[in-house]
Amino acid sequence: MSVATHDDIHAHDHHDHGPAKGFMRWVTTTNHKDIGTLYLITGLIMFFVGGAMALVIRAELFEPGLQYVDPHFFNQMTTLHALIMVFGAVMPAFAGLANWMIPMMIGAPDMALPRMNNWSFWLLPFAFVMLSSTLFMDGGAAAAGWTLYPPLVLQTGNALPFTVFTVHILGMSSIMAAINIIVTVFNMRAPGMTMMKLPLFVWTWVITAFLLIAVMPVFAGAVTMLLTDKYFGTSFFNAAGGGDPVLYQHLFWFFGHPEVYILILPSFGIISSIIPTFSRKPLFGYASMVYATASIGLLSFIVWAHHQYTVGMPLAGELYFTYATMLIAVPTGVKVFNWLATMWKGAMTFETPMLYAIAFVVLFTMGGFTGLMMSISPADLQYHDTYFIVAHFHYVLVPGAVFALFAATYYWLPKWTGHMYDEKLGKLHFWLTTISVNICFFPQHFVGLAGMPRRIPDYAVQFAEFNAMSSVGAFVFGFSQLIFAYVIYKAIKGGEKATSEVWEGAEAHGLEWHLPSPPPYHSWTEAPDQSLISELH
Amino acid sequence: MKKTLQLLAGFWSVLWGVANAETGSGTGVGWGALNLPAGVTPDSHDIHDLHMTILWICVGIGILVYGILVYSLIHHRKSKGVVPATFHENTKLEIVWTIIPFLILIAMAIPATKVMIKVYDTSASDMTIKVTGYQWKWRYTYLDEGIDFFSSLDAKSNEARQLGSKIDPATVEHYLLNVDKPLVIPANKKIRILLTAADVLHAWWVPEFGWKKDAIPGFITDGWIKVEKPGIYRGQCAELCGRDHGFMPIVVVVKTEDEYKQWVAAEKAKQEVGKVDASKPLTLDELTAKGKEVYASNCAACHGAEGDGVPGVFPAIKGSKVALGPLADHLKLVLHGKAAMPAFKDQLNDVEIAAVVTYQRNGFGNKKGDSIQPADIQAYK
Repeated sequence: MSVATHDDIHAHDHHDHGPAKGFMRWVTTTNHKDIGTLYLITGLIMFFVGGAMALVIRAELFEPGLQYVDPHFFNQMTTLHALIMVFGAVMPAFAGLANWMIPMMIGAPDMALPRMNNWSFWLLPFAFVMLSSTLFMDGGAAAAGWTLYPPLVLQTGNALPFTVFTVHILGMSSIMAAINIIVTVFNMRAPGMTMMKLPLFVWTWVITAFLLIAVMPVFAGAVTMLLTDKYFGTSFFNAAGGGDPVLYQHLFWFFGHPEVYILILPSFGIISSIIPTFSRKPLFGYASMVYATASIGLLSFIVWAHHQYTVGMPLAGELYFTYATMLIAVPTGVKVFNWLATMWKGAMTFETPMLYAIAFVVLFTMGGFTGLMMSISPADLQYHDTYFIVAHFHYVLVPGAVFALFAATYYWLPKWTGHMYDEKLGKLHFWLTTISVNICFFPQHFVGLAGMPRRIPDYAVQFAEFNAMSSVGAFVFGFSQLIFAYVIYKAIKGGEKATSEVWEGAEAHGLEWHLPSPPPYHSWTEAPDQSLISELH
Repeated sequence: MKKTLQLLAGFWSVLWGVANAETGSGTGVGWGALNLPAGVTPDSHDIHDLHMTILWICVGIGILVYGILVYSLIHHRKSKGVVPATFHENTKLEIVWTIIPFLILIAMAIPATKVMIKVYDTSASDMTIKVTGYQWKWRYTYLDEGIDFFSSLDAKSNEARQLGSKIDPATVEHYLLNVDKPLVIPANKKIRILLTAADVLHAWWVPEFGWKKDAIPGFITDGWIKVEKPGIYRGQCAELCGRDHGFMPIVVVVKTEDEYKQWVAAEKAKQEVGKVDASKPLTLDELTAKGKEVYASNCAACHGAEGDGVPGVFPAIKGSKVALGPLADHLKLVLHGKAAMPAFKDQLNDVEIAAVVTYQRNGFGNKKGDSIQPADIQAYK
């Protein structure tokens, strides 16, 4: 009976199939590729919105003195730039990649929970419209930094409840996406696709999904406490009522530290897919990659107060967080060494995805070094809240997470669209981006060490030269991204037909390369042959 | 174009500066602003040494990692006709590159622990100064001497830093790093610094002293300094504290013990003089003139130079119910504060409060017509 029913549905599927037409296709879609596309486009749009804010910041910092914006507006820009880049650009882009790639990589037809998938995406546009609208409210948007530390954040005007509600909605969206990914990977793998056969991108996303489920509620709780402190007379963070402002920081960073790994773990997965393909070699140390990712995930829960070395914790607390934080260097080092060993004695070619992957390894490692320096708590008493920190986290997030996203886009774009992208423009985008990102962020190490605090709209004249250089880099970086948008547009519109394999020898590196380019609307309506899976590297 | 040339010219000095970073004696300027200052306190030297050690360790690992990568990128390319190897694991190698970093970390953790223990040891200090962060100024209270004053951005920087001021910051001496009244301390004495805040979080940081620490409303944190040589040391608030976070510098003047004692005596004498003139009545003009000054340095940051405020966040003074209402309510708000509004009872003396309240009730087209005398403030208190 059940077999008959299944056949009926199947026949119906083939008969009346494919996406609905027009605008409603995107509103009502439950298809993993459509939703993936929506996520990716949202990520790209928000990348430009957040980038425009970064350029406001860098324009004001081009030279000493205040030229363009009021300090209060400057603080709104730093706050929204970070919130939008983290929650609007990078996280949705990774969710988009997960939606597109995970079913294709594990041999499934779609995600496990397609309706929830639709909902988790469609919460986002409302959240970002609401967040952006706070700029136009009385008193402007939140201006206390993306960490929203009290008591300062409680001085926000009408924007506070809207900012808090945005966080709630984004949290719900992330948690639903995370549940969907975990359920899909645990239940919908094709026969023969064991956990230790999963591509690293899938593994890193599964671990990321667990981090999301664990920490988003903590953040939602912390910002709700802000709300009740401001409007309902509670004193969670107010010493006069028996509370403690530092409690918020512990709650925030218990979320915030895993959050920064949420932004980087899927990047590790992407780089671990790309380097073997273009080195024409299997990934070195697959098992140690999985264990390293899992240990980074676990460590991320027990190191949070290294963001708070200056709050006056007891000595024992400082030392514990110092040791725990230093430990992270071990599994992270393992990953970098594994990538090097993968390239070693390979037969490398340097298409745009590989260029971005190599730049990722070089520049993310830079961010790793400064991270190691900052883990030394006495030294961090100097580094904390300076431009040295700004340089550090931009190195891990821009040439880290964002470069991984560029690499992933160039790598899989021919699969998604069925057309090769314009390699010349891709390389131009790469070189402009890579050179300018270093001109932008490298000098920030220097001014930070020399004494320039972060989050200031104006600075002493001895920092003028490096700030000017940094601003020039930022503008070149920002405008170079228009090339990226154009390359994507061009590949969607047409171009050289891509084969199903796309990259030479890619078939050995993942199931997605066995599907036609572009793949059918439902990825693997029949499970891939087990021999395909056993032949994967 | 000139800027571009300057940028290029700067590159060379950067490379030169990095090569000489170890000998760098302190906060440089321009293209020389490259590294942590070596500092003037025992803690700052230790921290600088730790920083240089970990920096060189990173440079060493970097040369190794990037060296291998570059070698691989040059030699292991398809265009050279390389046939890719097929290896994909090597347990011994993987154990080695897990254990060696672990040992390096232990080697780093030991000196880091020693330094942190020293930084935290505030015992046996010679004197104690309480530092309180306000939006946006510092207050210094000498607990042993009874000296107590506020320290805010100097007038010249303040004028130049206004949006559209047309004043070139390069013409202002110590732009944004100068104050109206610096903290004065003796050299070679162990000074315990207690930190707290009146409104939001701040952080007190003088790079030459080696550390920063948060000032938290309702809590006290502490640290210590023992400055080896007299001089002037500058720093800034390091924790985002609102609109003028970038404009509350720290200046510490370190004097020899004798000079410090003279300064203390002079300060105490000045405080006596300050108490006398509170009983003298003042004219409306005198009050508004004085009030305008007080307003500019204490109120204008939030309520606006023209008393317009910021809708939704900072109320306007112009046409305000408080400024046009009963005096008692107005004084209560100014003296005791409310929410984001700071309490000014300790920040301003009676003359200043009388002047600024008079100015608020008569300026900005409010024209209430009353002139408040210092005696009224005393009576209210």
